[in-house]
Amino acid sequence: MITIIDYNAGNIRSVLRACGEVGAEAVITSDPSTVAKAERIIFPGVGAAPSAMTYLKKTGLDTAIKNAFKEGVPILGICLGAQIVLANSEEGPQECLGLIPGKTVRFRLKDKRLKIPHMGWNEVKVLQPHPLLEDIKAGDEFYFVHSYYPQPADEENVYAAADYGGDFCCALGLKNLFAVQFHPEKSGRLGLEMLERFVRWNP
Amino acid sequence: MLSKRLIVCLDVRGDKLAKSIKFVDTRDIGDPVAKARQYYEDGVDELVFYDITASREDRDIMIEMVEEAASRIFIPFSVGGGIRSVDDATKLREAGAEKVNVNTAAVKRKELISEIAAAIGSQSTVLSMDIRRVKPMPDIPSGYEIVINGGVTPTGIDALWWAKTGEEQGAGELVINSIDADGTRDGYEINLTRMIADAVGIPVIASGGAGKPEHLYDVLTEGHADAALVASIVHYNEYTCRQLKEYLHGRGIKVRLSY
Repeated sequence: MITIIDYNAGNIRSVLRACGEVGAEAVITSDPSTVAKAERIIFPGVGAAPSAMTYLKKTGLDTAIKNAFKEGVPILGICLGAQIVLANSEEGPQECLGLIPGKTVRFRLKDKRLKIPHMGWNEVKVLQPHPLLEDIKAGDEFYFVHSYYPQPADEENVYAAADYGGDFCCALGLKNLFAVQFHPEKSGRLGLEMLERFVRWNP
Repeated sequence: MLSKRLIVCLDVRGDKLAKSIKFVDTRDIGDPVAKARQYYEDGVDELVFYDITASREDRDIMIEMVEEAASRIFIPFSVGGGIRSVDDATKLREAGAEKVNVNTAAVKRKELISEIAAAIGSQSTVLSMDIRRVKPMPDIPSGYEIVINGGVTPTGIDALWWAKTGEEQGAGELVINSIDADGTRDGYEINLTRMIADAVGIPVIASGGAGKPEHLYDVLTEGHADAALVASIVHYNEYTCRQLKEYLHGRGIKVRLSY
């Protein structure tokens, strides 16, 4: 059973549907006590980090997620979920979850033809092997839509990059936590296969 | 670098009798969700469902179709046609549409764009523009005029001005649909597409006129478009999405080929 955390950060039913497509049972919850019992967590979300953090703190979901991380529950962060696992964000002064050292930064693009948000299909280049990135080949593309990206302090936590006016981190991980800036639930077959690997992942 | 996108548009008639894809000649090519799934497997990068019924009481059938599509298609898709309010847009988003296309109602009241963008985000707010060529005149210096109500009512509004205004209001993307090129299969309106693409800082989708793979190549290079929208060229099985993308790839355009 997968527990999808709903923290008022965009429409996350697409993640639920994608879990259904790969045959994984899943529930959506914003209740910290349900998160405390979760076997496997997906932490999705789109939107702004500051308001998301405010909501997580208010509901106690922040503590529930931190505890799940400590207890070794497999966690997959998606998009905003890949940003607020870091310590802080340029989007606002709030402290983020701090599960992985580093910060979320905004694109600074010199090439004026490149538009923000970075939206569309882009190649995900695997930098170091990870069970969730297995079978991803050179040229494989995933769907992105974001203006900020995660920047872990330690290169060891960076698993994949994409190029948009220079390489940026699009997959990061530490122990039982893995997080991607792109949207596996909207990336066709390749994205669904990544969700399947998450379902089988035993960190 | 981002890949150039291939987008397929499905005109959907969602009324009490049937959910079906209709052409101008009223030929029926069947269930829109099944057809969308076929394009999804064939490697389309994005889909547009355009509601051509646009009657208020039939909106619920469209919502049902969007929900069904969202549970079978795992790439972004947008919905357009008859969107008049923030509530319309929000409902479609909740049903699973990644983006919502506004057109006529935004021309009538431009603030609708910013209101929808505030509710669902700029990246999900697409301004769709139907445009025809006219003689340049003081009110329409670009020589391109916005037409509404499915491309039949002239507005006296300059298309270039409207594209910039749409961006200022918070549209995250523009669809440039040339009424003159639409249905001709002679190629996209390159000058129009480039003029707008060069004037705005948001992605531009070229629409209307695709008859051959070369046309896509031309509008993605010379036309400076970020995406090419097609309909009949794939609906009539002349080309598959795979064939179109392999053609583009063969001519050096970056497209998504692994799916």
